[in-house]
Amino acid sequence: MNDPATTGAARAAAIAAYRQAVRRRVLIVAGMGVLCLFAFALDISTGPSALPLADVWAGLFSPDTLSAPQVTIIRDVRLPYALMAILVGAALSLAGAEMQTILNNPLASPFTLGVSSAASFGAALAIVLGLSLPFISADWMVPLNAFVAAFASVLLLEALARSRAAGVEGVVLFGIALVFTFNALVALLQFVASQEALAQLVFWGMGSLGRATWSNLSVLAVVLAVTVPFSLRSAHAMTALRLGEDRARSFGIDIARLRILSLLRISALAATAVAFVGTIGFIGLVGPHIARLMLGEDHRFLLPASMLTGALVMSLASVASKIMVPGALLPVGIVTSMIGVPVFLFLIMRKPERV
Amino acid sequence: MERYGESLSIAGLSTGYRDRRIVQGLTLPAVAPGTVLSLIGPNAAGKTTLLRALAGLLAAEGSVRLGDRDLVGMALESRARLVTYMPQSLPQRVALTVLEAVIGAERASAVDRDEADRLAIVERAMDVIERVGIGHLAMTGLDHLSGGQRQLASLAQALVRTPRVLLLDEPISALDLHYQLKVMKLVHALSRERGMIVIMVLHDLAIAARWSDRVVVLSNGAVAADGPPAEAISAEVLAQVYKVAARVAPGPSGLQIDIEDTLPL
Repeated sequence: MNDPATTGAARAAAIAAYRQAVRRRVLIVAGMGVLCLFAFALDISTGPSALPLADVWAGLFSPDTLSAPQVTIIRDVRLPYALMAILVGAALSLAGAEMQTILNNPLASPFTLGVSSAASFGAALAIVLGLSLPFISADWMVPLNAFVAAFASVLLLEALARSRAAGVEGVVLFGIALVFTFNALVALLQFVASQEALAQLVFWGMGSLGRATWSNLSVLAVVLAVTVPFSLRSAHAMTALRLGEDRARSFGIDIARLRILSLLRISALAATAVAFVGTIGFIGLVGPHIARLMLGEDHRFLLPASMLTGALVMSLASVASKIMVPGALLPVGIVTSMIGVPVFLFLIMRKPERV
Repeated sequence: MERYGESLSIAGLSTGYRDRRIVQGLTLPAVAPGTVLSLIGPNAAGKTTLLRALAGLLAAEGSVRLGDRDLVGMALESRARLVTYMPQSLPQRVALTVLEAVIGAERASAVDRDEADRLAIVERAMDVIERVGIGHLAMTGLDHLSGGQRQLASLAQALVRTPRVLLLDEPISALDLHYQLKVMKLVHALSRERGMIVIMVLHDLAIAARWSDRVVVLSNGAVAADGPPAEAISAEVLAQVYKVAARVAPGPSGLQIDIEDTLPL
């Protein structure tokens, strides 16, 4: 067994296997990116008004060849709708991946632990009370308030996760309690809301891409552009954190700082997504788990892959929401829940000690 | 690689948890470079607490000096270039291979390296994995390893950072006899090669006696005995600290320790 020739060969094989694995992961991430583009193209090509694929592309690149209403449908309805699916999927899934690592909990995601509910309560509060601040446009006011509520909820979750008394299950149960609490508070707001505000609030319960506008999209794009670089920069620290908290600290990682910055990113991502499309369930749970199964937990690959799987699943869900019931546009949240619930149950059931 | 030449000295060190002090004003004469020091003592003597304080994981007062550097006031990241701690707990539910985990340990924060070493990170990680004896498991997931194999992977993660001070919390508790001996030999050899100071918590007195240059017996957070194994492990100390009746005599390799009975507490 200790023959130098065979150990030399085994060593070379192990190193080659590692390098191969790294190359494979780069390819998978790139492949996911390509799949996202396809899903995006499919998404803008489907909708209640029957437009052939060729017309859709014409509408995007040479609008002169189509009638004005057709151009409007493509540019102001389908395109923002499809872009919103990609951005919301990426935002929620990145938030979920970071939450699962930071809280050391495979069931963590903005939706399952009540962060999305908190965000929708914050957003509802802004709408019903008509909150406003000087120098801040209404486009930002609703997501800002959603962010404050979401951040408060993740701070609570984190405090609970750190007091070892709670355990992994305790955090999940506490998250469920948060979901109920904030849903009740939103219901209370609905009760006192004006007719107009009520219409807006009901839309959150559904989770729909229907309100995607270019200004909403730009806010979400800015939030992603700011958070993603910081997220990727902490990839090494997050990988080390998976090896255990004491070990990671002994490797020189300031865990408290890593946690708080990550929680800020999670809150910003979840809050902006929720403020514009309502609570969309399970994307933040399903996306990271698919990515982890394909790539493992080297966060250099896990984080970008989670964003892409989230974007892909969301984009396909958006397509499904348009074609499942002919002639009707289902709220996309219904579709993601139908995909997400079985995955959630599978994660709970597979092995007691793994949850 | 350069040989480290700094001694570690601890003076007036107090540490513990929020509501209770575990170690109070502990002082240890300088630990010379290249020393393997074992911390032994009964349960709740403060062994792990002392190790975690030395690693910077617990707030401490007093002084811990490595050469002319004071570790107590040092930022975690700077201290991590000098000191690495291997906790007793092993990673659970992690989708990383052994090699990824060892590379991850090195990349977690900056380690002093020259350019060539930085580039050859995969090869260096593989060297360490082979030295702890699990080269054949390099591309196996941590989740698929036995407890003992994971403990060896954990040791490799600590060693890859080439610390000046290596703190090991029960590094052989999950290992069979072959690997217990292998790890002790490796730790001993590395301390000699690099001038690395090794401080480890051990439960097995015979192994501590055989493989340490120095043994510190802790009891209730204080030093009950300190010296070469033959001096620190005596029948009197064992009776006083562990409440056992024992016979200790020089043996063919190290000490011959016979624990004969328990004493009333």
